[in-house]
Amino acid sequence: MKVHVKVNGISYEREVEPRALLAYFLREDCGLTGTHVGCDTSSCGCCVVVMDGERAVKSCSMFAVQADGHEILTVEGLADGGRLHALQQGFWDQHGLQCGYCTPGMLLTSYALLRHNATPSEADIREGLAGNLCRCTGYQNIVKAVQQAAGALRESVGAS
Amino acid sequence: MIPAAFEYLRAHTADEAFAFLQQHGAEARVLAGGQSLIPAMRFRLARPAVLVDINSLNDLSYIRVDAKSLAIGAIARDADVERAPWIADRRWSLIHDASRVVADPVVRQMGTVVGSLCHNDPAGDWTAVALAARAAVVVRGKSGNRQVGIDDFLVDSFTTATGEGEMALGVVFPMPDDRTAGSYQKMERKVGDFATAAAAVQVSMNDDGTIRSAGVALSAAGPCAVRVDAAERLLAGQKPGEELIRAASDAAWHRSAPQADLRGSVDYKKHLAGVLVARGLRQALARLGVQA
Ligand SMILES: Cc1cc2nc3c(=O)[nH]c(=O)nc-3n(C[C@H](O)[C@H](O)[C@H](O)COP(=O)(O)OP(=O)(O)OC[C@H]3O[C@@H](n4cnc5c(N)ncnc54)[C@H](O)[C@@H]3O)c2cc1C
Ligand code: FES
Ligand code: FES
Repeated sequence: MKVHVKVNGISYEREVEPRALLAYFLREDCGLTGTHVGCDTSSCGCCVVVMDGERAVKSCSMFAVQADGHEILTVEGLADGGRLHALQQGFWDQHGLQCGYCTPGMLLTSYALLRHNATPSEADIREGLAGNLCRCTGYQNIVKAVQQAAGALRESVGAS
Repeated sequence: MIPAAFEYLRAHTADEAFAFLQQHGAEARVLAGGQSLIPAMRFRLARPAVLVDINSLNDLSYIRVDAKSLAIGAIARDADVERAPWIADRRWSLIHDASRVVADPVVRQMGTVVGSLCHNDPAGDWTAVALAARAAVVVRGKSGNRQVGIDDFLVDSFTTATGEGEMALGVVFPMPDDRTAGSYQKMERKVGDFATAAAAVQVSMNDDGTIRSAGVALSAAGPCAVRVDAAERLLAGQKPGEELIRAASDAAWHRSAPQADLRGSVDYKKHLAGVLVARGLRQALARLGVQA
C-alpha cells in the first residue's frame, strides 16, 4: 500500500505492508532512527511521536497506514537548525538523561503535554509522563528538565 | 513482533465502514484506537483478515452533553473525555475519575471509551463505569441503529452484543440529576496496569437525605464487569451510614468472582472488591456533602 506521511515537515511517500508499525516505518523506511523501540508491547513509551502537532502516540501501537495523510513529529524534528528545542535544552541542562534510550519518547510526550498545558505543576508533569519508563534517571531530573522547558517556552512567547 | 498480514480498509463515513463490515463479516474487525487490538495482533492473539479503520470518521469523535444525556462517539478518545470542559461537574465524577486512570496518559491519547466497551476486557475500566452509570451502546446493524443497555451489551469476556458485520457508533450515559456524584476506585500495581480490582459507584440523593438510587459495579471480578445488584437494592431508600456501607461492601465481596493471577489471589481480590466499594460510596457521598 502506498502511504504519504509528512515527518518533521518532509513528505515521505513509501510502499508499505498494512501490518508495518509506524515505529518501524520511521526507523527503517524513513531512516529516522531517533524513535526507539523499547518494549514492543505498548508499555514503555520509548517510541512516542507526536501526531498532527498535538497528540502523543506510541508509534509501536499504530500502523504506518494509519498515518497516511497525517503529520508526524519525531525527535529529529525538534531542534531548529543548530538550536536545540527548549525541551532538549532542558534535558541537557538538568541532566535529564543518562543512557538516553527513553529520551526521545520523554521529549515527545512532554512536547504534547506542554501543548495542552503551558503551565504544568510538578504533579501534572509526573502524571503526564507516567506512561514513559526510564531505567536510569529516577525521573527527578526529567521533571526538572520539563519544568525548565515550560518556563523557557513561556518566556519566549512573552518576549515575542 | 510483527502482526500477521491483513487487508487495511480506511472508512471515510459510517456508511462506508458498515458496508465494509457487512461485506467481510467474521473476517473483519473494527480498528478504533488500536490500543487493545494492535497489541493483541502483535502477539498474534488476534489475526483478523481485514481491518476497517474508523479513525477518519470525524463525525463520531463527539463528546456531547445535553439536557438528557452525555453521548460519546466511537472515536472520541479517553484523553478528550479527561479534558472535557464540563467534566469537573460532580455529577460526572465517576466518569472523570475513570478517565484519569485508564491505562497510561499516552495510551489514553488514542484509546476510546467505545473501543474499550467493545473489547470487554474482564479487567477493563469503562465497562464497570458504564454499568454503574447505566449507559447504553448504540449499535448499527442491518435493520438500523439500536440502543443496547450495557447489561445486555456485555455478554462475556471479550464478547459483546455487537454481532457479525455490526459496529458500535457510540455510548450514551443518562444525565444524572444535580444531587448525584460518583467515584471510581481502582487498585493497580503501577500506572498503566489493568485493575487488580476496581469499583465504580454512582449515588443519587433525595432531598430528605436518603439515597434515591445507586449504581455499583466491579471490574476484575468475573468474566466481565459485574453489577452488584444486591448492593444497589439495599442502598436505595436508605439513609447513608456506617452499617449501610458495610452491608454494600459485603454484597460486593459476595458478588466478586475473580480469577487468581499475578495481580493477586481470589481472596485478596474479593477483599479488595469490598473495600473499594466502601471507599467509593464514602467518596461519592462526601462529594455530595454527606458524611458516612
Ligand atoms: C499499556 C496499556 C495499558 C492498558 N491499561 C488499561 C487499563 O488499565 N484499563 C483498561 O480498561 N484498558 C487498558 N488498556 C486498553 C486500552 O484502554 C484500550 O484503548 C481499550 O481497551 C480499547 O480501545 P481502543 O479504542 O484502543 O480499541 P481497539 O484496540 O481499536 O479495539 C478493541 C476491540 O474492540 C473492537 N472495536 C473497537 N471499536 C469498535 C466499534 N466502534 N464497533 C465494534 N467493535 C469495535 C475492535 O474490533 C477490537 O476487537 C491498556 C492498553 C495498553 C496498551
Ligand atoms: S516500544 Fe512502544 S511502548 Fe515500548
Ligand atoms: S536515560 Fe536510560 S532509560 Fe532513561
